[in-house]
Amino acid sequence: TGSLQNFLNHQKPNPRPQPQSRNLFFPSHPLYFQRTATLSLTPFPLLFSSSTLTLSTYFPLTPSLRSPSPQRVSRDPRRGPMTESPSSEPEPPSPKPRAAAGNGMRLVVPLQGVVQGRGGLILGSLIPCALFYFLQLYLKRHRSPKPPASSSNPPSPSSSSPNLGDLARTSSRSNLLGRGSIVPVRLSSRGMAIAKPNDSPYYVGLDKVAGDPFHRVDNPEGIIQLGLSENTLCFDLIERWMKENLMDSLMGGDGAELSINGMATYQPFDGLMELKVAMADFMSRVMGKGVSFDPSQMVLMAGATPAIEILTFCLADHGNAFLIPTPYYPGFDRDIKFRTGVELIPVHCRSTDNFMLTVTALDQAYNQARKRGLKVRGILFSNPSNPVGNILSRETLYELLDFAQEKNIHIISDEIFAGSLYGTAEEFVSVAEIIEGEEFDKSRVHIIYGLSKDLSLPGFRVGVVYSYNENVLAAAKRLTRFSSISAPTQRLLISMLSDAKFIEEYIETNRKRIRRMYDLFVGGLDQLGIRCAKSSGGLYCWADMSILIALYSEKGELELWDKLLNVGKVNVTPGSACHCIEPGWFRCCFTALAEEDVPLVMERIGKVAEMCKSGH
Amino acid sequence: MVFKLNNQLLSRMAIGDGHGENSSYFDGWKAYDSDPYHHQNNPDGVIQMGLAENQLCFDKVEEWLKKNPAASICTPEGVAGFKDVAIFQDYHGLPQFRNAVAKFMGKVRGDRVSFDPDRIVMAGGATGAHETVAFCLADPGEALLVPTPYYPGFDRDLRWRTGVQLVPIECDSANNFKLRMEDLEAAYEMAKLNNIRVKGLLLTNPSNPLGTILDGDTLRNIAAFTNENNIHLICDEIYSATVFGKPDYVSIAEIVDEDRKSGRNVLNLDLIHIVYSLSKDMGFPGLRVGIVYSYNDVVVSCARKMSSFGLVSAQTQHMIGSMLSDAEFVEEFLGANRARLAERHGAFTGGLGRVGIRCLRSSNAGLFVWMDLRRLLKEQSVEAETALWRVIINEVKLNVSPGSSFHCSEPGWFRVCFANMDDETMEVALGRIRAFVAKHKEAMKPARKLCAQSSLKLSFSGRIYDEFIMSPRSPIPQSPLVRART
Repeated sequence: TGSLQNFLNHQKPNPRPQPQSRNLFFPSHPLYFQRTATLSLTPFPLLFSSSTLTLSTYFPLTPSLRSPSPQRVSRDPRRGPMTESPSSEPEPPSPKPRAAAGNGMRLVVPLQGVVQGRGGLILGSLIPCALFYFLQLYLKRHRSPKPPASSSNPPSPSSSSPNLGDLARTSSRSNLLGRGSIVPVRLSSRGMAIAKPNDSPYYVGLDKVAGDPFHRVDNPEGIIQLGLSENTLCFDLIERWMKENLMDSLMGGDGAELSINGMATYQPFDGLMELKVAMADFMSRVMGKGVSFDPSQMVLMAGATPAIEILTFCLADHGNAFLIPTPYYPGFDRDIKFRTGVELIPVHCRSTDNFMLTVTALDQAYNQARKRGLKVRGILFSNPSNPVGNILSRETLYELLDFAQEKNIHIISDEIFAGSLYGTAEEFVSVAEIIEGEEFDKSRVHIIYGLSKDLSLPGFRVGVVYSYNENVLAAAKRLTRFSSISAPTQRLLISMLSDAKFIEEYIETNRKRIRRMYDLFVGGLDQLGIRCAKSSGGLYCWADMSILIALYSEKGELELWDKLLNVGKVNVTPGSACHCIEPGWFRCCFTALAEEDVPLVMERIGKVAEMCKSGH
Repeated sequence: MVFKLNNQLLSRMAIGDGHGENSSYFDGWKAYDSDPYHHQNNPDGVIQMGLAENQLCFDKVEEWLKKNPAASICTPEGVAGFKDVAIFQDYHGLPQFRNAVAKFMGKVRGDRVSFDPDRIVMAGGATGAHETVAFCLADPGEALLVPTPYYPGFDRDLRWRTGVQLVPIECDSANNFKLRMEDLEAAYEMAKLNNIRVKGLLLTNPSNPLGTILDGDTLRNIAAFTNENNIHLICDEIYSATVFGKPDYVSIAEIVDEDRKSGRNVLNLDLIHIVYSLSKDMGFPGLRVGIVYSYNDVVVSCARKMSSFGLVSAQTQHMIGSMLSDAEFVEEFLGANRARLAERHGAFTGGLGRVGIRCLRSSNAGLFVWMDLRRLLKEQSVEAETALWRVIINEVKLNVSPGSSFHCSEPGWFRVCFANMDDETMEVALGRIRAFVAKHKEAMKPARKLCAQSSLKLSFSGRIYDEFIMSPRSPIPQSPLVRART
């Protein structure tokens, strides 16, 4: 504070502070004090420039300072006259500069001096705020939490009691929240935020389809779902397997005696070891033979949604941030931010790079986040990307790892579409393969996986956190108690995933069928003049419909989305829901379609396209 | 050169011990895990009596599964339903599942009340359900009142990720650990005086670890209290089907029903929430079915969105849906469950009584007894309790749970679970206790009259207060300006 004082004096060529009487700034009436504290910051520069010692003298006033209570104050009949007009009480002069004379004038001058000095308006407003902040900090630091019973200031009925603020507040609250309970019940603020209807077009579209889903026979006029990345192309294979391998699944397998003991009772929360082994095997089949996964580095939970949330809980504190290349999966906003309080910082990718992540953009976003005072804890990306469907090259992955190492942050690679590849041009490389070579610090690398996409079993709720960091694994294991996988489902999956022949066949057939649907669908769009971004994986394509939008803006994009949904009766996901900065891009999932419905989809999109071109 | 990550780069949650598993309480589990009892392979091993599992009626469930192979969808009969189930990921849950659970919850309460399937929200076990409720109702730093002794997992489930605090209400043996209104009021006032924002009261009814139930009048008074103070009332009723003796169980749902039917409409239903699960009542902890049932529409919608973090596998939903829709099976199961629990409880407490060990008398529910070993303590202190507990684990080879882990204010009480084993194992356990008591005959003989220690009742726990103010996890204290809001 000494330097602050010097600074203030320096700013004022004509320092005028005179020894101030105690009552000028801290009149004994607490309500008065509240008023000055909330209405006007004027006294504070002066207060500091006179003496810091006075601060501790006024320590007992903290409660009222900490929590001004508007309701209570407004009910006090004396308040109005006291502050709005020259006071009827002789002691405390009004804090209002206009009405103030003599002493009051001295209050204003220092501030004016600051304002007119070199610092100008900014300093003039910053300094009082900063001083106010430090005052609060000071008071907080030096206030020892006292048991209320032994309070040194017994509450007295006198209005000059420094505790009055507290008393008033308490009683005002209980008055408000009385028996009548007219006041709405308070939930937590985060609860209220979550309960709000989600206005992201992604969820609006999904809800709309739920109300009127297309069915070839029962509801041919319904909305066709292209907004949900699910895969029904290979259900026949799974059904056949089930028929051939009955019973196994539920009751423990190997013809063991029918028993519920290994199923109904408590099981390890982070997944049965047998399932981890089977899952590790499945993952290395999916991600290419070059990589092997260690079951002991694996934690299983009820879906990729809790997997990403748990990992976020482990890596970042409330208020920290992850970098995330756009466009990204709209669900991340909910899955990651809802409860963890972690922020997502978009790293914008552009169509000119085919939406490929570049380290330049990453670096820029990182520096901007740092400037905003955010602590960046990691980079989160999906590979193959959702919604674009492109794949990160080996070189890019190396660059990303270097970047993470340089900035000392984590890498989270979401690879849940790794098995749903249809491209031949690009080769998928898991980050697990890249770090096999010893040169990287593995403990900063984490992989998210799940069976919802690659084995098309979203209903079974199986997600994986695969990490090279022991501490993350230990914490994630403990966190899985909030979202474990049901044991019968695990048993079923153990036998299914352990059937190597079936799995090989499944992966192979699945890729072929996705490829076929991709060709059909993207070919159909092409005939309508709609081009898609180059992609190699995923259950969707990323279509450029900017030629159809009237306004090249988010508004124009959402208008087209609305037309597609309500007139064309197809639900697609607009780029803006994925935080894409270029308007006009849409994600269309095609793997839940039957082949014979593709012409219908094209017809519907075509109809809307015609409307747009003819200017309707 | 490789820069090694240090712990600093992980979240405070990852490196902190909010999970509570470092407490000595888990030593009992470790002892069991390293040397589990088996009647043939390891007859001298540790018997697990610390796990509240209900295995008494598995035969009934197995029988049903044999009769209804289609339910599991993994059989030739059930495979037709596979396609719909495999792809089902709506967080509302299968309609059949919700209907069946609502009906089951009504059945458990003697069909005196009915539950609305649209208010059934899924969560990952009761653990997940509790956390969801805490997320919905309280912000970091805010608090819930909990009567002691309470389930140790609450410290983790309700606090760890949510940042919510628990404020204990101390109950003691002088009145069989029953929650008294004056204690409740005192704890609430004390918390308020300490500037702790109390958002609700959490009741476990039937109580874990006591195995007692709250009578209707107390429940009515408590509901009136929370209503008057406009705080939430969360009732954890996961043991509701384990009530095996008189008096009859009264659920908060019945109090609500009563209030509505009588036309008084005093209770604000937005304040009442029930946590339920099938882990205890059906004995299915492995299926991870937790339920949040709230009368508050906003909480229902909020919890439902959060349930995507702990959805129950659709296959399991399908199976539970079919099983609990079978009214005949449910009826038979609940009856058998009560009868067998009563029988086991009688046999176990009788066995203990013959060697002079008493349990909490008023207990008529739960999968455990609240065993009174105060007379075996060298002195009435937590240290003595812990010492005795170590002897029980290491010498008697029983993993029981000491009262201190349940935040019990009086040393010398232990929770002993009896439903996770067969009759033979229980006899072995009783035999070991008999042998142990015989060695300590002197301590047991002079049945000194112990006066209840109730001096601490009003003292506010300083630890909780410190945590509330100073907790590094709380996002609030960084700026005193922010703290200044009312």
